[in-house]
Amino acid sequence: MWRATWRTALAHKGRLALSALAVVLGVAFVAGTYVFTDTLQRTFSDLFEGVEPDVIVTAAAEFDTQQTTGAVASLPAAALDVLADVDGVAKAAGVVQVTGVTLLDEDGQIVGAPGAPAFGVNWDDDADLSPLRLVEGRGPAAPDEVAIDTQAYESGGFALGDTIRILTPGPTEQAELVGVFRYGTSGNLAGATLTAFQPRRAQELLLGGDRWTEVRAVGDGTLSQDQLAERTSASFADADDRAGEVLVRTGEQAADEATDSLTEGLGFITTFLLVFAGVALFVGAFIIVNTFSVLIARRTRELGLLRTVGATRRQVFWSVMVEAFLVGLVGGVVGLALGIGLAIALRELFGVIGFDIPAGSLVVAPRTVLAAIGVGVGLTVVAAVVPAWRAGRVPPMAALRDDVVLPTRSLRVRTVAGTALALLGAGLLAVGLVGDVRNGIALVGAGILLVFLAVALLAAVIGGAVIAVLGRPVTRTTVGRLAVRNAQRDRRRTAATASALMIGLALVSMIGVLGASASRSIEASIAEVIRADYIVSSITFQPFSPAIGDALEDVAGVAVVSRVAVSPARIGSGEDPSAVQVGRGASSVTAVDPSTIADVVNVTVIDGAVQSLTDGAVAVDPDTAEVEGLQVGSTITITWPSGPRDYQVGAILEQTGPLTGVVIDRDELVGLGLGDQDAQLFVQAADRDQAADLRADLEAALAAYPVVELLDQTQFADQVRGQVNQLLSLVYALLGLAVVIAILGIVNTLVLSVLERTREIGLLRAVGMARTQIRRVVRIEAVLIAMFGALLGVGLGVAFGVAVQQSIADEGVDLLAIPWNIIVTVLVTSALVGVLAAIIPARRAARLDVLAAIATE
Amino acid sequence: MRSDVPVAEAIDLVKIYGSGSTQVRALAGVSARFHARQFTAIMGPSGSGKSTLMHCLAGLDVATSGRVLLGEADLTTLADDALTRLRRDRVGFVFQAFNLVPTLSAAENITLPLDIAGRPVDQEWMHTVVAAVRLGDRLDHRPSQLSGGQQQRVACARALVSRPDIVFADEPTGNLDSRSGAEVLGFLRRTVDEFGQTVVMVTHDAGAASYADRVLFLADGVIVDSLDDPTADGILERMKRLDPTHGVRLGEDH
Repeated sequence: MWRATWRTALAHKGRLALSALAVVLGVAFVAGTYVFTDTLQRTFSDLFEGVEPDVIVTAAAEFDTQQTTGAVASLPAAALDVLADVDGVAKAAGVVQVTGVTLLDEDGQIVGAPGAPAFGVNWDDDADLSPLRLVEGRGPAAPDEVAIDTQAYESGGFALGDTIRILTPGPTEQAELVGVFRYGTSGNLAGATLTAFQPRRAQELLLGGDRWTEVRAVGDGTLSQDQLAERTSASFADADDRAGEVLVRTGEQAADEATDSLTEGLGFITTFLLVFAGVALFVGAFIIVNTFSVLIARRTRELGLLRTVGATRRQVFWSVMVEAFLVGLVGGVVGLALGIGLAIALRELFGVIGFDIPAGSLVVAPRTVLAAIGVGVGLTVVAAVVPAWRAGRVPPMAALRDDVVLPTRSLRVRTVAGTALALLGAGLLAVGLVGDVRNGIALVGAGILLVFLAVALLAAVIGGAVIAVLGRPVTRTTVGRLAVRNAQRDRRRTAATASALMIGLALVSMIGVLGASASRSIEASIAEVIRADYIVSSITFQPFSPAIGDALEDVAGVAVVSRVAVSPARIGSGEDPSAVQVGRGASSVTAVDPSTIADVVNVTVIDGAVQSLTDGAVAVDPDTAEVEGLQVGSTITITWPSGPRDYQVGAILEQTGPLTGVVIDRDELVGLGLGDQDAQLFVQAADRDQAADLRADLEAALAAYPVVELLDQTQFADQVRGQVNQLLSLVYALLGLAVVIAILGIVNTLVLSVLERTREIGLLRAVGMARTQIRRVVRIEAVLIAMFGALLGVGLGVAFGVAVQQSIADEGVDLLAIPWNIIVTVLVTSALVGVLAAIIPARRAARLDVLAAIATE
Repeated sequence: MRSDVPVAEAIDLVKIYGSGSTQVRALAGVSARFHARQFTAIMGPSGSGKSTLMHCLAGLDVATSGRVLLGEADLTTLADDALTRLRRDRVGFVFQAFNLVPTLSAAENITLPLDIAGRPVDQEWMHTVVAAVRLGDRLDHRPSQLSGGQQQRVACARALVSRPDIVFADEPTGNLDSRSGAEVLGFLRRTVDEFGQTVVMVTHDAGAASYADRVLFLADGVIVDSLDDPTADGILERMKRLDPTHGVRLGEDH
């Protein structure tokens, strides 16, 4: 029996190869995701490797703020003395490390990947305490000298002796490049840049005096890291009343924390990518079911023969399952290999856009191998269960007669099951969208999945009628009529093939509706809300120096420069802002200038007064007020990085532009020592009719600051829309794989159908049908199936999109927009997909040898 | 009454399959003429080349050497597209089995060659043909709803509806019971007598061949005999004479 199975699998390897390909692509996606994110993780872990000392002391902070504000809680210089005096410490050093120190190349462009952190540090080449290793030149010894890391040196095209311009949170520096250093052992910073200053200059420039971001020490070898950390804590407690203000960690703890937050961030990316891999696999499953069903239909005689010579139903069932196992295994292994290739390609891609990941260190974890092969085998075997069961039902009579038809279940079962599933799915969707439940998004996902399955089942019921309507324009010709009837012939096969395409297109349409609605809502709100003539924002997504605002204020004809800053903070019952945020939960506070904000933004006061902010009160939006149970006069606790503080609510403001969540006076933020930096500037001209003329002057004032860009209202709206569209493009690209797999499914179905209809095609050729006509029959059939799938997909996708939009209408996406351009594109593309998918099957059909096809046995 | 210009003619037709040691000469130099309004049966034991001869005559297969003339046209010089058009417009077919497209109704199957060509259906002629095969009430049925005999009659109607120069029938009664077979043969006979159709039929059944005006006997790729105005008994007698020699030759061939 097993030999028979093996032989059959080999005999059908061509046809099985196509279904294996569906497995391969899905598995490659899974494997590629794992390899890529594991590799990223290793790359970043390498950053910390060998650079941690035994003990690290930092100022106590509620959470890390460096990445978001560049503001660092720092330690006084005396902390270094305390640490150096701890018994068991061999040597200690102070560290300055601040973000927002950006190198400019000769053309004034930013060096390093956009959005990647750019650090300014103090020069220290003590190998025990510092990760900086001099490669060329010397360390900076004067205030106007700097050294930079090797990657920045190469990508910026610098030479030793160059004078380099450096943007800092404070003034723009000019310094001579005197040295180049490697960071840690790998020298890889993954796109970040490091600029090292003479230590005293670093302290003055970046921390505003004789202070350190952290102090670190190595032991003399007599104590463990933990013991050393304990003694250090004790010393700080004794030395001053400062024990509560410092945080003492061992090098190991620091490395672990860094790795943990990294794992969390990468975990999010992994999950995001795996969702799309899951979609691709789900689509692949349809194709596997279809392939096995058709193969079994074709092998009815052979299976009947096995039954006549004594094979039991169970044996026939298992022979098909073993075949599926083999296909899954091959698909899994090939998919794994392809996935590794995919990860390499992604790495190259990231290299091109500036995030250099060192070559030759791909991480293929055992988990990746297991997942790839497990998913490949599991999916195929599960998908083959129903076809295998049907194979077992083939009666022995099938061997003897030509016309024995496999037992088919009535479509009534499908109708009932499909309707039930649809209702269940819609219910889950509804609960997930509007219900007040914890895992809303999971319910939405499950609901959509069930609806897909339901529609796939029901597609067989409605398919005939839909295809009749779709095919109406062509049924007047024989070619068209044949194509329409062929598409209607096996309703289950057509339904499964079309459904595979439906899934990808439904998700594309859904995302399209959401994207269009978001764009439109944002655009409308910008037009309604922003009064400023110009908006200045960072192109690195990092806060920028207040000097930029000062420069704009000096431009003649500028009436108002209103500044907006943002600081991470925990609000009331909100979550830790350093954790990855998905969904609700305020995690930052916006700081504005209360005296000018109303000039640049249409402020809608619901209660209280904006001016109350000047007196140390805060404003909240109605959502926050509701969630936290606040009204004017009540007290809210804001936990700053430096600690909690109570504020009175002075106003409730409609959520408009930058005024979201909790809003505070910018002076208050500066007063707290949370960094005098801006996230956005709103500029208004004195003569608003002449605002356009101001542009050249404003741009001249900003010429020295390439980290920011000047946008008028239209450009600002375009930019926001551009960000939405960029995300959409990424999602479309990821969904593209599901569509590609579905195209393979159409190819597969048609190739198998053509094989099945060999004699019929031979007859048509004999009575005078030309090859081009035969090709056209197959092509029209493919287009009909694809269009059927597209109609189902677009219909479902728009319905899902509208449902989701309605449920998030009160979260900013209040306007519904149907992206007709996307819908038309999807439909037209589907027709083209049909034509494309038909190329190979149509050619095979047209090339069939007439005589072989009509020859009787 | 018969014109001297044949509807179809084979001239020194040779067909070789395969090459080297596996080479098979299916036709070893066949010359034959098929005149208008003549019903010819081609007989011979299996492997004699009778089906190959018919396939070459009908433009379904290409001969290795020799010529096939269908009216003015020399089939051996035509490319595939031209052959396809010729089959569509000038030849009718009835095969042993699988004659009909399962997704088309009986009526659609009958008009298939005309529809493929985009030519209008001559309703009067269609009516005549359908009446002759007695299918009037079954035209809307799909092939799966018809009996074997009915299916063959639909195939016969299809072969005639485009008024072809010649109809080729390949074992048309091979899959039928004797009564249905007789109906189909009687119909083919009538098309020759009443409509003036030219018919060439391949068969190994002497009874079927007896409906023809002439029988050509084929053995090992050559015409070994012919018989005009045959009776079933006469055919059987000739067959018996051919058989022993044939048996020996077959043995040598294989």
